[in-house]
Amino acid sequence: MALNAEESGRLAALLGGHAEQVTARWTEIVTGSLRGRLSQAELRRQVQDLHRAIVASGEQGAIDLSAENSAELRAALSELSRGRARQGFSATETTISVFALKDVLAELLQDGGGANALHDYIAFSKLVDELGLFTFESFVRTRESLIADQAEQLLELSTPVVKLWEGVVAVPLVGTLDSARAQVVMERLLQTLVDTGSPYAIIDITGVPAVDTQVAQHILKTVVAARLMGADCIISGIRPQIAQTIVALGIEFGDIATKASLADALRHVLRLTGVETARRQPRRDI
Amino acid sequence: MTAGVDLGHPQAQAIQSDEDVVRVRQLVRAVAVAVKLSLVDQTKVVTAASELARNTLVYGGGGSVEVTTVDNGRRMGVRIVFADSGPGIADLDLAFTDGYTTGGGLGLGLSGARRLVDEFEIETSAEAGTRITVTKWSR
Amino acid sequence: MERVPILKIGDILLVSIQLDMSDQTAVQLQDDLAERIVATGCHGVIIDITALDIVDSFVGRMLSTIASISKVLDAETVVVGMRPAVAITLVELGLSLNGIRTALNVERGMELIAAARADELEYQLDDDPDAETAIP
Repeated sequence: MALNAEESGRLAALLGGHAEQVTARWTEIVTGSLRGRLSQAELRRQVQDLHRAIVASGEQGAIDLSAENSAELRAALSELSRGRARQGFSATETTISVFALKDVLAELLQDGGGANALHDYIAFSKLVDELGLFTFESFVRTRESLIADQAEQLLELSTPVVKLWEGVVAVPLVGTLDSARAQVVMERLLQTLVDTGSPYAIIDITGVPAVDTQVAQHILKTVVAARLMGADCIISGIRPQIAQTIVALGIEFGDIATKASLADALRHVLRLTGVETARRQPRRDI
Repeated sequence: MTAGVDLGHPQAQAIQSDEDVVRVRQLVRAVAVAVKLSLVDQTKVVTAASELARNTLVYGGGGSVEVTTVDNGRRMGVRIVFADSGPGIADLDLAFTDGYTTGGGLGLGLSGARRLVDEFEIETSAEAGTRITVTKWSR
Repeated sequence: MERVPILKIGDILLVSIQLDMSDQTAVQLQDDLAERIVATGCHGVIIDITALDIVDSFVGRMLSTIASISKVLDAETVVVGMRPAVAITLVELGLSLNGIRTALNVERGMELIAAARADELEYQLDDDPDAETAIP
């Protein structure tokens, strides 16, 4: 894949010798593909950076993208793809910025490539392909980390634990529960029990479309953990499909209180606390 | 970084007495904090270490522990190696059964500790004793 | 060896575990507590583990044993203040702490003991014909 020293030298000479012409033409081709979503000046700067990096590593000998001396080139490509990924460009729009170099090289070699023109063009093309793939890869990596960041932010947003009554907190779960999210929610719920001194917690899963074994296990473990801490959990809002899944998966909910709605669950808790006071009341009168 | 924890080098601790088990817990806690494990994960790994250190003392007749930090490029973690030159474990399957005990405990030491960590390796023989390596990664 | 102090508050013995206990200290606490229950005639024991950052199977077993012993000595044991991370770990470890009553904090623990005590007295009054002679 990599160019040998001789080819690299010729590439560096070719690009270096026509620096002004190359960057101008390169910028022109890329501008067309981006439909004016990036300013001409910024684009020109990016192209110049890439151009400089390629020439620099070509002058140092054989260009090999994985080698030590191509660090600058790799950095320039990563920089480009990171920027584009953040600005919301597509993968095609990003890699075209690199592949455009092929057109530029074709034109240059056509005008004055000499006897080796065809051979050089094929070799240079391969290098550009490699650069393009590298750009694509780092584009994908950036997008992945962006998605991971957003998922984390969403996690923070979507897991409120609310105080429903004196001594009763509730966590209304909305959306798909994966293992990681279930864990975060549950830890937060248990911490809230301690912070507010609430002996009752209601886990409402009305907004959860589906439950798998792992998530059900997480909910169960939370209920058991809450009991160890001296608090009771009630699960409310179990949809018919989820009830069917729970039974089909053979998950034992055991003696955990389940209620149809959040309102029912709250009524249940109030009755639990209410009955106690009602029972003690007459004794005081005696 | 947490004071007193040298992240680059393994931290060793002998396990010869009850107090040493406490020291193992404190050492593991310090390292777990240094590699930024979440509070729940810290608690899990310290609990696992406590169980295994006690096993080393009670069943292995004492031994040693070595705590190191590990880094796989994406995540940091704690690795703990327990070694003793005791009689080894004759039947591993049985030893990993919840509730099985030969020492009058609850029989949750080995099986419970394995559930609390991410990686668990055990080498045991009557000649060389028992060597257990556990790893917990940050999330 | 360090010892865990046991405080008497009214009809209740309060044990607040503040240190990372060695196994020996835990066993010692078990013995001390049994003696104090008999010596004081208290009917409630509150074990506050707010300060404990881990509970392993040994300490878990100690708590269960204390609960059983005090039951035999006619005292109700409540373990209070378990941290969330500790509870999650105990569940994962597979320790269920059977037979132990728990509460979120000391105050709730006292309520629990008072309620249990009241229930018991009421039960005796309601159902036991000899109760009135048994209770002065």
